[in-house]
Amino acid sequence: MHRILFGDNQFFGINHMSEEKARAQAMRFQDTQAILEVLEAAYEEGIRVFMCTTHERVAEVCNHFRTNASRFPDFVFYPCMPYAHKYANAVTEHGIVEALRRFLPQQGALGVLLRGSVSVARKDVETIARLLIDAEMKMFAGLKTPVIFLQNVVSDLLLGMGVKDGFRTFADYVRERYGAEPGFITMNLPRLLDALASVGIENPIVCSNINKIGFRMCGGMPKYEELLRTRRFRAIAMSVFASGAIPPREAIEYACKLDGVESIVFGASNRANIRQTRKLIGEYWGV
Amino acid sequence: MIRAGLVGLGKMGMSHHAIFNAHPDIRLAAICDSSQYVLGILNKYTGVKCYDDYRRMIDEEGLDCVVVATPSRTHAEIVGYALARGLHVFCEKPFVLDPHEGEALVELARKAGLVTQVGYHYRFVGAFREGKKLLDAGVLGRIHHVRAEAYGPVVVRASGSTWRGSRSEGGGCLYDYASHAIDLVNYLVGPPTSVSGTVLNGLFSRDVEDEVYSTFHFSSGASGQLAVNWSDDSYRRMTTRISVWGTNGRINLDRQECQIYLREQGDAVPEPGAGWTVRYTTSLAEPVWFYLRGEEYSAQIDYFVQAVKERRTENVNSFESALATDRVVQMLLRDAESPRPEWSGPLTAQTERNRSGFVKSIKKMFSG
Repeated sequence: MHRILFGDNQFFGINHMSEEKARAQAMRFQDTQAILEVLEAAYEEGIRVFMCTTHERVAEVCNHFRTNASRFPDFVFYPCMPYAHKYANAVTEHGIVEALRRFLPQQGALGVLLRGSVSVARKDVETIARLLIDAEMKMFAGLKTPVIFLQNVVSDLLLGMGVKDGFRTFADYVRERYGAEPGFITMNLPRLLDALASVGIENPIVCSNINKIGFRMCGGMPKYEELLRTRRFRAIAMSVFASGAIPPREAIEYACKLDGVESIVFGASNRANIRQTRKLIGEYWGV
Repeated sequence: MIRAGLVGLGKMGMSHHAIFNAHPDIRLAAICDSSQYVLGILNKYTGVKCYDDYRRMIDEEGLDCVVVATPSRTHAEIVGYALARGLHVFCEKPFVLDPHEGEALVELARKAGLVTQVGYHYRFVGAFREGKKLLDAGVLGRIHHVRAEAYGPVVVRASGSTWRGSRSEGGGCLYDYASHAIDLVNYLVGPPTSVSGTVLNGLFSRDVEDEVYSTFHFSSGASGQLAVNWSDDSYRRMTTRISVWGTNGRINLDRQECQIYLREQGDAVPEPGAGWTVRYTTSLAEPVWFYLRGEEYSAQIDYFVQAVKERRTENVNSFESALATDRVVQMLLRDAESPRPEWSGPLTAQTERNRSGFVKSIKKMFSG
């Protein structure tokens, strides 16, 4: 797995600290060209991974990297699915069953399944899950996607409800169909690690908040630090800066010096910030 | 262990399913929904016991509490059934559509000494709690105006076929979105005694309003304005903002930030000082044992669970408190239908006399 990953929150108006800042970023990046410029800068600064949601605008980013594959021969994507707001809004508008129908290909048998009150078999649910994964992956066709993530909203929903087999279904399908490693994003690291172990997912790739102020590290910082030392999993630290609440050097130093952190994902809106973060990580990790 | 049952498995029901199930003091004993399809999946994957009739679930499962997350029209009936059988109740917002029914339920719960709570989760957002603390400490001096806004992208084209598009089911922007903003006003500065100038407009929806505007009047003489629009897709998701003006400054609150501007530092609290102070969610959010979509959703459930354990009936989001919000909703509905003054010739003689001085002075200006 790559050690420095470039995230996409800043491109889509997501900022955990300020609505105003989020809106300013949404304005700045409403033209995909502005996103591409930042991504190209990241590439020039030595970053090789774009860890991104399956937001519909990422499709345009994918087009660019497909068309210009020769310029970015070693650039890869780590897709994170699904882009949950798309589904949440559809569920509010249409209800669960109808929303599901809208996102799935209009195949005869499936349409019947969702319309009727026929008893539901396990394999039907797995078929639906696979079709949804395929729908989300369509935009990445022809690009390298060595790791595919399940977004935290879904991971944590399954985790809370106790649908542990869902993780297995996702992991198996992503391996089998896309030859990719499954990854899991979560806000509840300790609980998720236990759940993954219970369904036999060994040495999983797990991305969670890891930052010096313990922001959204559910289960507590000491527990996270202990697990990083003692459990076998490949940890990716996100929200390292806690949306800007921690000064850059302090933030990177904390994450880099923790035993067990394999990669860091960060977002930035310009070359100067990318370079600074890249350099800081380099200082502590020698990469 | 507290035995809980859940009625309704829509968006909020699913979220409650996960959060209740993850709570160390809760055993989610059974769920109930009208969709066999959704029940079938959940039963197969979680093993939870499923019902399609909430009465049977309540009668058979020996529950301590029940979570009601069904379409709003059905709240009163289900809540009433649960209370009558001695169960503590967590009900999604809005509480009920008919405040008379709400009053009866409040009374029923009070007599039985049961814990009641409604899912106005914004009261558990760090920034709004911080705002409440500061307002209660009187940092703004005498409060004279409050503005409550909520925007988001729920209905942005003419379609949609769920209960949220039907007024009689409790759908529409007023019940769904505006109720949150109104509840925050009640929480932060207390409920208005009257409302005026209410506008309920449909933009894309056929049967319900997509935007809500109104003026609030408070017993203190303060005024308020409400502006809510769920057809605004310049917002990625629901965004709720409250601004309060007082004689010593203002405060702006949203999910992420608490911004305070004070003319002078107050005596009551050492902080914040004069000028702007900004506090962010990164320092205001209190850790929760399980996170899904936001701390507030878990925090409100834990608060309910602790209340049930202690049989503490005093509650920041009690039925009584939510009923006060339902009453404001009723005032808005009534006001929106009341006649509006239109031009019908000169005003009364009294007002005319007051104005004549003004007219004379204008004439004098031009003649002199």
